[in-house]
Amino acid sequence: MNTPMVEAIGVRKVYGHNVVLESIDLTVEAGEVVSLLGPSGSGKSTFLRCINHLEPIDGGEISVNGSLVGYRRAHGKKYELHRKDIAKARRDVGMVFQRFNLFPHKTALENVMEAPVIVQGRAKGDVRAEAMELLDRVGLTDRAGHYPSMLSGGQQQRVAIARALAMRPRLMLFDEPTSALDPELVGEVLDVMRGLAQDGMTMIVVTHEIGFAREVCDRVVFMDGGVIVEQGAPADVFNNPEHARTQAFLSKVL
Amino acid sequence: MTVELTTTPADEPIVRLRHPWRWVAVAVIVLYAAVLVRFLVTNDALRWDLVRGYLFETSVLRGVVTTLKLTVVAMLVGAGLGTLLAIMRLSENPVLRWTSGIYVWFFRGTPILVQLLGWYFLASVLPEISLGIPFGPSFASWSTNDVVTPFMAAILGLGLNEAAYMAEIVRAGIGGVDPGQAEAAEALGMSPAQSYRRIILPQASRLIIPPTANETITMLKQSSLVVVLGMLDLTGTAQAIYSRNFQQIPLLLVASIWYLALTTILTYVQMRLERRMSRGAATSRRPRRTRKGAQR
Repeated sequence: MNTPMVEAIGVRKVYGHNVVLESIDLTVEAGEVVSLLGPSGSGKSTFLRCINHLEPIDGGEISVNGSLVGYRRAHGKKYELHRKDIAKARRDVGMVFQRFNLFPHKTALENVMEAPVIVQGRAKGDVRAEAMELLDRVGLTDRAGHYPSMLSGGQQQRVAIARALAMRPRLMLFDEPTSALDPELVGEVLDVMRGLAQDGMTMIVVTHEIGFAREVCDRVVFMDGGVIVEQGAPADVFNNPEHARTQAFLSKVL
Repeated sequence: MTVELTTTPADEPIVRLRHPWRWVAVAVIVLYAAVLVRFLVTNDALRWDLVRGYLFETSVLRGVVTTLKLTVVAMLVGAGLGTLLAIMRLSENPVLRWTSGIYVWFFRGTPILVQLLGWYFLASVLPEISLGIPFGPSFASWSTNDVVTPFMAAILGLGLNEAAYMAEIVRAGIGGVDPGQAEAAEALGMSPAQSYRRIILPQASRLIIPPTANETITMLKQSSLVVVLGMLDLTGTAQAIYSRNFQQIPLLLVASIWYLALTTILTYVQMRLERRMSRGAATSRRPRRTRKGAQR
């Protein structure tokens, strides 16, 4: 059997005395598109951020593509890695944020080129060509020279997706990618994500877009109160939710 | 009887509100400006001939150079140490945070004049400076009087004091960058150093440069305090000359003209820097041409 792209075992996360994630088990196969649903405060964004160690976990473990995230195992213990080594492990994982977080002092093209040139040390000419292709893929060739402040929210988020893709990731994490957008701009971002899913990218998407989850995702995972309540194919979870908490949530958003 | 309507509301002229007091203010200012000009031009005691003669006199020029040297070196010490203190202040290590905090507390909390004199008289309490293992053997030692020359005392006094202010400026600059920026850099696989250099500092510098330019202008003038150490900076030179010829005001005018000229240049540099730093900040900026666009 192939190594799963993401394997979380008994993940636990606490802030002080507040348990935000408890015994999370989740396996995502390569090529799978999974959406994390749940009310705000359910821990879905926190879990997503744990996958690339933006949040350190307090128990259990997460592996991406077979290697442990943020730790090194030896003598039956997990040793925390140095920040530089964690950074290296993140190169395979792209992340898209709710607030885009584009670099405001760089143009769209420079945003996309930054990490391949600086982190991977690739030649600028090659990266530029590839970056222009990526901007073309998200439909923004004509905005390459624009600074983020001159772009609409939807355009900024599409640049952010191109920026993440420039590192040629094997896994893409989306943290509520359309929540900060005006309603009429949501579609253009979802279109890009749909295209990515069709190309076989492994994706984990925290979202409130039920329509997108139903149509594009292979599996939906419903979280509440820091635990996974239920998961399954979109049709099953949306049409016949087993758990009362899932039913209550869906009745509000559907 | 009916009044014949000659104009419609559409083409009725509008009479703007008049502001007579503005003209009164202008008249008052013009009047007093004229009085000032007459005082400056007709008062022979100002000795403009002396001012002109001393403006480019060798010792005055040497004083200008000393003032510039003090400003530049003190600002470099202040900016370097200040950045270090700011990074310490933002550290996760509480001992580093406290050390930085106590430094700023002390150097901001005592007058710079007191600090300058303190460094100058350091030898009276610490006659020897030695390099070695604390509480252990020392490898080399020097007489404090040889090390702490008046120039050294001036740099220590001005620079270490400035570091306290720069620490606050740099800290505010770094703190003013959206934490999402560091996260985005991290998520792209950048090391902490890469993220600082490429993403955080360029954005922080936009917040750091304007107040730093202000500090430089302040330093230019504040460096005149070194006259208490007997240094012949611009102000010290003016003092030395008027103590011989008793032409205090003409020589203070010479110094003021130089200070104003240097401040004007620094203000211009500050303006240019701020404009360059605002890259990407203003929405009205035109897009930068990409190679593709340029080929068209």
